[in-house]
Order: sequence, then C-alpha cells, then structure tokens
Amino acid sequence: MIVGERKPMEEIEAMIDPFEKIIVLGCRECVTVCSAGGEKEVGILSAALRLSREQKGRTIEIKEFALERQCDHEYIEQIRSMVPNYQAVLSMACGAGVQFVAEFYPEIPVLPAINTNFIGVTEEQGYWTERCQACGNCVLHLTGGICPVSRCSKSLLNGPCGGSSDGKCEVNKEIVCGWQLIIERLKSLGQLERYEEYIPIKDWSTSRDGGPRKVVREDLRL
Amino acid sequence: MSEESFEPKIVAFCCHYCAYTAADLAGSMRLQYPPNVRIIRLPCTGKVDVLHLLRAFEDGADGVYVAGCMEGDCHFINGNFRAKKRVHYAKKLLDEIGFGGDRLEMFNMSAAMGPRFAEVAKEMVERIKKLGPSPIKKAKAQKGGDES
Amino acid sequence: MKSASRLEKVLEKGEFAVTSECGPPRGADAEVIRKKGELLRDVVDAVNVTDNQTSVVRMSSAASCFILKGMGLDPVLQMVTRDRNRIAIQSDILGAAAVGVNNILCLSGDHQVFGDHPKAKNVYDMDSIQLIHSVKTMRDEGKFIEGEEIKPPPKLFIGAACNPFADPFEIRVPRLAKKAAAGVDFIQTQCIYNLDKFEEWMKGVRDRGLHEKVYILAGVTPMKSVGMAKYMKNMVPGMDVPDEIIERLKGVDKEKRAEEGIKICIETIQRLREIEGVSGVHIMAIEWEEKVEEIVKGAGLYPRPQV
Repeated sequence: MIVGERKPMEEIEAMIDPFEKIIVLGCRECVTVCSAGGEKEVGILSAALRLSREQKGRTIEIKEFALERQCDHEYIEQIRSMVPNYQAVLSMACGAGVQFVAEFYPEIPVLPAINTNFIGVTEEQGYWTERCQACGNCVLHLTGGICPVSRCSKSLLNGPCGGSSDGKCEVNKEIVCGWQLIIERLKSLGQLERYEEYIPIKDWSTSRDGGPRKVVREDLRL
Repeated sequence: MSEESFEPKIVAFCCHYCAYTAADLAGSMRLQYPPNVRIIRLPCTGKVDVLHLLRAFEDGADGVYVAGCMEGDCHFINGNFRAKKRVHYAKKLLDEIGFGGDRLEMFNMSAAMGPRFAEVAKEMVERIKKLGPSPIKKAKAQKGGDES
Repeated sequence: MKSASRLEKVLEKGEFAVTSECGPPRGADAEVIRKKGELLRDVVDAVNVTDNQTSVVRMSSAASCFILKGMGLDPVLQMVTRDRNRIAIQSDILGAAAVGVNNILCLSGDHQVFGDHPKAKNVYDMDSIQLIHSVKTMRDEGKFIEGEEIKPPPKLFIGAACNPFADPFEIRVPRLAKKAAAGVDFIQTQCIYNLDKFEEWMKGVRDRGLHEKVYILAGVTPMKSVGMAKYMKNMVPGMDVPDEIIERLKGVDKEKRAEEGIKICIETIQRLREIEGVSGVHIMAIEWEEKVEEIVKGAGLYPRPQV
C-alpha cells in the first residue's frame, strides 16, 4: 500500500489560513490502513483545526467526509454538489488522490494534509516500512525476492558496498543492509552461487526517469 | 472572568474497573473533592480515543484526564498502556496547535484508591486553575470584550 | 599494456607497487594540490585523488588529477557513482583521458548523509561493478554504454576498492571475483589493521586464483593518536581495528604515539610484502601526506623503480 503521514499542524494551519469553510476529505484506501488519512484521521484533524482556530478567536466550518477512493473518478463525483459551498478541500489522500480531486474541481484549491512516503508494508500495528520504488522493471527474481532498488540505500544492483557492517547499513544502524538480506535469502534458497551473477546497468527509463508514466490496456478500455 | 472566580470544567475518562470504582469509594468515604470533575465511565481506558479527548476540549472542557488501572493491572491486559500512548499523542497534538498539552493528563490508580482519586481530582483542578480557562473560552471572552 | 599508466608498468614489471592518496581542498586553490603532489613526487608510483570523499564537497577529482599530471605525477582518478549519471561519468572519463589521466578507481561512494550536503539527491545510476564494466567496455571495445563507437577510446588502467573486513565476510572473496569478472585490473583494499583476517581473505583470493587476474594493493593508514584509532574502530563502518593496536599506542608516551603509529604502519607493510598475491601497498595518510616518504623509506620501498 501507499504509506503516508500527516503533515505538521503548523504547515496545515498555514495552508488553510485564508479559509473559513473547508472540506476535510479522507480516503478509505491505503491511507486508512496506515492511519494517515481515513475517516478517523479526518475527525481528529478537523477537531484539532477547530480548536486551533477557535483559540485564535476565529471560526472555521469543516465538512468531514471520506471517499471510498480519491484515485477513481466515480467516487470523486460524490462531492460535486458539496464542493461549491466550500472555499477549499483539504485532502488526506496520497499525492495521487489530492491531484485527482483537484483535476475534477479546478475552481477550488485542493490542499495536501499528508506527506506521501512510500509503497510499503505494515510490519506491525503502527510500524510501516518501504518495499518498492515503482521502478517499472522488477528484478526480484534475480535478488532472492528482496529489492535492491528500494532496500539498499544506494540502490546498488551488485552490492553490498563496503559500508555494510553487522548486517546494518552505513547510513544508519536502524536500517538493515538490503544486500545482507539478499545474501541470507539466497543462502536459504540454496542459491548463494547466484550472488556472482553480474546484474547489468539498469534501464531506468521505465522508472520516473522516463518521465510521467502510464499503463494502457486496450482490452479493458470502453 | 478573574482567575479567582474561575471554576474549570474538567472531564475525566475513568475505567470501570479502577478509577470509576475509586470515585465511588471516595464518595463512600465522604472524601471531599472538587465538583469541577465530570466523570465519563469507560469499560477500559483502552476504549479512549484521541478524537474523544479533542472533542471534550471542543465542547468546552478546560482540562481532561484519563484515569486507568495501575500499570500491569489492566483488566484487559494492556488497555491502559494503549491509553497512555494515545494521551501522549493527543498531548503532542495540543502542543503543536498551541492549545497546551498540559491540559491533558493520564493517571493510574486501583479501585481501592479512593483517597488517590480525590487527590488526582484536586491536583488537576489546581493545575487547570493555574493555566486558566481553555484558550477557546479565552478567545471568546476577548471577543466579547472587544465588541462591548 | 592496457594504458600508459606508470602504475601498470610497475606492476607489469613485477615490482612491489606503492600508491598514495591526495585529498583535494575545500576551496579553489590549486597550490594545495601542488604542495601535496610535491610531497609525494618520486615517493610513490601513483597518486589517488579522492572524489568528494565522505560526501563533503571538495575540488573536483578530475581537475586535481589534471594539476598533478602537469607536475609529472601519475594520478588515479577516483570516481564515485553517487553524484553522476552515466552521461556525466562517461563524459568525465573522456575528459580525464584526454588530459593524460591513465588510471581510474571505480567506487560507489559514501552515502551523502555523511557529508556536508545531507539533503542532496543521490544518483546511483550504476554501481561500482557496473562502472568497472562500463570503463572496460569503453577502453577495450571502444564503445559507450549504449554501444556507440568511441573515437578514440579512453585508455585507462581500471581499479576498484575492496573491503576484506566488511560484512557479510563469506561474500568478500566472491565480491572480488565479481569485480575481476567485470574487468578490474587492480584493487586497493580498505585499511588493514587485522592482518590475520586479511590473510584469511587472501587465502580465499588465492584459492580462486584471483591474485593472478588482478593486482591487489593492500591498504594501510598510519594512526596519529589513540583517539583516531578508537574513532576508526567504533565509528567507521567496515573497519576492523584490533584492540592490540589501541593498546600498543596507549603503551607509549602521548607525544610519541604518532611515531609509534608510523612504526606500526611500516611493520604492517613489511608483513604484507610477505603475503603471496599482494602486489603492492596503498598508503592512505589522511591529511598527513608529509609522512608518506618516511613510511616508504622505512619499509625499504625507496627509491621507486624507474619505468
């Protein structure tokens, strides 16, 4: 899923400072699962914003609402009648959701309440870690199922570098060396000899480096 | 509103298995504690949510506290630890918006600690008296003052 | 001969090679490079010029190499893949070769969080092994990474680093094999203090015949103080400093510790010369270039062969 976290209150407050009537718009997909921008977080953020506003002697009217997804237009349509009554939408979805809502309602500012962090997993309740950088050219079959692009701090395809120490990355002792994990996995698969296979220089054109990407499936288009 | 005459409104989220019973006991023991405290009974402090704490302030509380079982004695094993973390999160949030995280607190006590219940109530009332009315009320009073 | 490198000639002749290092300044003063170069002239066969080491911005390695080349030294262009994509890397290689740089050392580079610009975006378009492969392709096949012809190709003697002490230990020899297969000509190792562990690694290297495919230059760094030894032991990832070294430095008077550090370094070199498969030493005297001559002479490696 896409993992995100709420922006600092100060930043959000500055963003919405000019407005007195806003929609705080949650998303029931990824950001609900990672407790960043679901219905519950909409309630908490709205309460905090009202408290903050009222203590300054100002008012704010907040419509709390959550869409099934902010990345599909049929859901975004649900707020069409609501939008003209407000001055701004504070979206708690990932960057994709914020932009998609903005595309549908060009006449109203759509602002981001969360920072979109990464594509990752829930290791345990309240603890998420990165697994994928969406490079568009998966190499997991070559590296024992562990991604060197996202899990090595330098994205080395032929790692580890000399900074791997006690299984930890040189960047920070809390980061597990991705290549240590790859080597351990290759060992447990009985494929350690694969370590010596040279992985050639990567084609990054399928990644962000090729410009904004799209996927088209003609068989599915209407 | 002068500081002398300020009587804070305090909401106490109390666990049914400890603090709520302790409040009962304080009553049976004829212990005096300030009438500023409004008790909300919970099946466990693990039920408390950040949203409840913020809403209490929105609805006019000057101070809020959560009173759960002694650490290690939760009827539901770790509900009070969860409450502690949520209170901590909400305190931080209140600090972030400049409302003041010290208007919110977490306490632990057993069902047998009637005197402690009374003491905590007094402690919290004193703390909030020192802090003065909730910033929302202050702002409203200010506004009222400006208009008159 | 693959290049016009003096280092390559020394190694080809079977002489025990000596290289050292020159860290460029954090300013635009060429004099700093010239002074350091002067200290190393005739004392070593080739001089590495670090590439923004520890991710701290310094004068460019290529420009510094050019200055040293002008003084008649044989510089080794260090190249990290952290800061440049394949376009910039190949361009810098052509430029360096054009001004007479004959050696390159292919590295991934320290992560930028260590440096003075921790908010930087890193590049890592390729890793060090892919860089070795790319330089070899450029030199031997005369082709750019995408396969287009280079006229004329850059003739560089290709080096890489190897850390025999990093983790996981079991892949340290396979990793060298991978670099050898990618086309590296010489290796400079991480600083060696734990000679027993280094010998164990070298045995693994010899068992696979890797010492016959690549020249291995063993890395040494003289300790200036107990503080430096402790820092290297505890703070530098992948560094193995046995307690005996620290104890030995502690055992002498404070003002004699630097001298003792030099002595340890010389003894280490003498022991390294005895190890089969070690073709030379790489002396990294960090901001202590004036001591390299003393070390080289003390180790009986002076004068350097004329090639």
